[in-house]
Amino acid sequence: MKRSPQEIQLSSRRISRRAVLLGSVQMGIVGVLGYRMRQLQIEESQTFRMLADENRINERLIPPTRGLIYDRKGRAAAINIPNYRLTMTRDQAGDVENVLDSLQKLIWIEPEQLIKTRDELRRRSPFVPVVVAENLTWEDFSKVAANAPVLPGITTEVGFNRRYPMGKNLAHVVGYVGPVSDFDLKRIAETDPDPDPLLHIPRYQIGKTGTEEKLEDMLRGTAGIQRSEVNAIGRVMRELDRTESVSGADIQLTIDTKLQNYVLARMNDVSASAVVMDTTSGDLLAVASTPAFDANLFVDGISSKDYNALRDNKFGPLRAKAVQGTYPPASTYKMITALAALEAGLITPGERVKCEGHIEVHFNKFHCWNRGGHGRVALQQALMQSCDVYFYELAQRLDNDQLVSMAKRFGLGVRHNVPLSAVQRGIAPDNDWKQKTKGERWLLGDTINASIGQGFVLTSPLQLAVMSARLATGKVINPRLVHSVDTVVQPSGVTGDLDINPEHLSLIQNAMYGVTNRRSGTAYSKRVIWDKYKMAGKTGTAQVVRIRDQQNRRNENRPWEQRDHALFVGYAPFDDPKYAVSVVVEHGGGGGSVAAPIARDIALFAQMNQVPPLGVYPKKERKTVGIEQSKIWGLLDQFDATETVDEV
Amino acid sequence: MSYLEHRLSVIPTGFGKILALNWAILLLLCAIAGVGFVMLYSVAGGNASTWTNPQIQRFIMGMFGLFVVAMIPIYFWRNVSFIAYVVAIILLIIVEFFGVQGMGAQRWIDLGFMRLQPSEVMKIALVMLLAAYYDWLPLHRTSRPLWVLVPVILILLPVMLVLRQPDLGTSVLLMAGGGAIMFFAGVHWAYFVSVIAAGAGLIFGIFNSRGTTWQLLKDYQYARIDTFLDPSSDPLGAGYHISQAKIALGSGGWTGRGFMEGTQSRLNFLPEKHTDFIFTILAEEFGFVGTMSLLVLYFLLMTFCIVAALGMRDRFSSLVTLGIAMTFFLFFAINMAMVMGLAPVVGVPLPLVSYGGSSMLILLLGFGVLQSAYVHQPRSKV
Repeated sequence: MKRSPQEIQLSSRRISRRAVLLGSVQMGIVGVLGYRMRQLQIEESQTFRMLADENRINERLIPPTRGLIYDRKGRAAAINIPNYRLTMTRDQAGDVENVLDSLQKLIWIEPEQLIKTRDELRRRSPFVPVVVAENLTWEDFSKVAANAPVLPGITTEVGFNRRYPMGKNLAHVVGYVGPVSDFDLKRIAETDPDPDPLLHIPRYQIGKTGTEEKLEDMLRGTAGIQRSEVNAIGRVMRELDRTESVSGADIQLTIDTKLQNYVLARMNDVSASAVVMDTTSGDLLAVASTPAFDANLFVDGISSKDYNALRDNKFGPLRAKAVQGTYPPASTYKMITALAALEAGLITPGERVKCEGHIEVHFNKFHCWNRGGHGRVALQQALMQSCDVYFYELAQRLDNDQLVSMAKRFGLGVRHNVPLSAVQRGIAPDNDWKQKTKGERWLLGDTINASIGQGFVLTSPLQLAVMSARLATGKVINPRLVHSVDTVVQPSGVTGDLDINPEHLSLIQNAMYGVTNRRSGTAYSKRVIWDKYKMAGKTGTAQVVRIRDQQNRRNENRPWEQRDHALFVGYAPFDDPKYAVSVVVEHGGGGGSVAAPIARDIALFAQMNQVPPLGVYPKKERKTVGIEQSKIWGLLDQFDATETVDEV
Repeated sequence: MSYLEHRLSVIPTGFGKILALNWAILLLLCAIAGVGFVMLYSVAGGNASTWTNPQIQRFIMGMFGLFVVAMIPIYFWRNVSFIAYVVAIILLIIVEFFGVQGMGAQRWIDLGFMRLQPSEVMKIALVMLLAAYYDWLPLHRTSRPLWVLVPVILILLPVMLVLRQPDLGTSVLLMAGGGAIMFFAGVHWAYFVSVIAAGAGLIFGIFNSRGTTWQLLKDYQYARIDTFLDPSSDPLGAGYHISQAKIALGSGGWTGRGFMEGTQSRLNFLPEKHTDFIFTILAEEFGFVGTMSLLVLYFLLMTFCIVAALGMRDRFSSLVTLGIAMTFFLFFAINMAMVMGLAPVVGVPLPLVSYGGSSMLILLLGFGVLQSAYVHQPRSKV
């Protein structure tokens, strides 16, 4: 419409005024925008760049290869076998069912596995590979690989599974691995504030028992890291960099599997344990417990049927009794009592003590195993015949602390440092111990019981073997289970001298020789007749229930759980000790009749590296041994002749 | 116009019109669109055919339209502005019933060769109609309540229709743009003060209506408001867009990560990166230098428009110029504030840079009207 010039003036003045006003407001807003940009892009840039990197960079752990375990002759004890498996990535597969159908035409897949796979494919992101089949044969695996073009989204992978080629032989020593449990994580978090991220990989396997558990840190290795760039939905776009994983250390054990296998076979039908130790180095050549189990069962998860069978077996196949079992050492402890008294000068070798079958101390009767009594016996006779009364006499002269300190010098009541699960300390009881656990004062009667290895004293077969090795050499010998780590040989177990008067020591040694070689010895019938292989030792029969609870029944008439433990410790050859042996047969009966022959056979096998010929046995024994040996043959594994070359 | 003035000034005709165009504004338009082409090329991962080529085609088409519109005398546009408004209203009603659903809103009419968003048309049509209204209205009636009510109704009618789609961003744009023209035209202060007060009341009402039977906004709009107020409350859900956009912006730093090197965009962490969030790509790849350059380009364009408007004597011309400049300003200011986390995510594209057919086309036609006003103003003989 037409306006007057005044109106036009007015209009454009007003518009101009307000345009300038709003223009300034706009300028202010632009200023705010610019300021905000500066704030985000300059001041907080570092934070946001970090966030951007967090967005795009995905770190994936590359699990290291677990270290291998060998025995002393280089025989494989724990290995990694390739696990040929197939994974499927939904994103690449397109029609999942179609691909699975084509796959099933090629290879057989367990229906349960298929259900699991379908379920997981549905749940997981389309870019995450899901396992379709595991533990394929090489044949099936290559079939799939060759047909890869018609199987979109299927990837062939090689993983590793732990295998124990020695099966039952080393199950108690090497142990086994299994998937990390919540319990494991909690336990590890208690000691290590920054646990290995590998543990959070689903189904990652760590050592659960034995050396697999105790040497986990060495065996595991170090994880590698693959850093890759991922997009918003998690698809990997490219690999940025990669740190390779470092394999775990290979461990060589001191165990000789061939000997271990023989020991297990020899004790096949009883619940027993035995330890063979090299007295020159402390090497544990055999640490055997029967019955044993196959560690391979545990690797992929054991069925509850198998597990219950193992758990409910009264012989306790899952327990490594050689280190976990503790038993009253009984008469095998008498060398300790004797040495304690000798070293303290409380008795001379020639002093005789009269045994009438029992003694009375403070109106308590203490019996000798031989109710008829041994008559007047000196030290060596007392040991050979295992006269209890003689040691009761020593106990009354000794202070219990002297007994305990001697026991500890010989490795009893001490937890030995071997990488096995639940290694027991045993009990070398003193006043403090009794006050703490029983709330009672130590009494003379306790010392009397302890002097013959009964009462509160408890020892493991490993400790008895250590004692035996120390008695044989007079040296401080510690058990050694790991020979080398990644070919680096570990220090010898022999660390020094025991500082026992050599005369006293040889007195004891001769008495031990007498046990197995003199007519009056408790294991005379179990002697070896070839001089080269002669053995020294000591029998022991540990009461499990008090004599008055035995109701005067003979051992074999009592229920199994109430029968005596049969023990034997010894070493061979006597002239130049090389092997220390300890044997404990749970509820086996008499040490001389049950444990001694086993120890003898084990020592002979260790020396000869073969089943001993009947010629080494006394004529009377050969028939029994022959029957025994015929039972063993079927149980022995075949080991290569080339592997029997000693020294590693 | 006085006789004297008429003698001294002349309206360019023929070829002279082309010379009389405001070339600075045209150049700035090309520069801004150029930034858009480069960014679209980058977003598509170095592929021109995905978005860049169609965008260039539309820009050329739009520029052609701009020239045609600019050559037509400004009084023609004033005279057709009411018709344009009515057509836009009809289109909005059509879209209400026959529109294509997209992103949870009814916004498009599919014309075959392009998708037309009637709300875009309305942005320009409303500006033109209001300018024409105040050109027609005697000055002394400008602030009379009855005569203030008319433009308010003219504004609220399309706002209601757009809100029903629902498209919060465009409704805000329409209201603010319309209000700005009323302000330029000289409506009394008191009205604006009371409207702002009422607006505050409305916001209060919106928040109070939540969860009741008379809920004013859709749930997803509430969610957007929530996450705007506290984006960290839901970083992987509704706040995802804002958090990721801020990460992209911030990680650019001074000079950015380099052309086509933005990880946030290349790896798809950014939402709607070729449309509403394209500014974040620019920020990530060219950094502070890049974003400031674009901001300066926008600011210059706005300033040139205002300066051009100041020189115009014709009321319709200057109001339509300021209105278009204001609409343009609101576009980029809301978009930038949105991606920088200063405003809720309301779905406003970055003008001339974001990929989108009708938005750019209509905007360029709007600038055509602006150019027409510039060209057809009397100027002194040289």
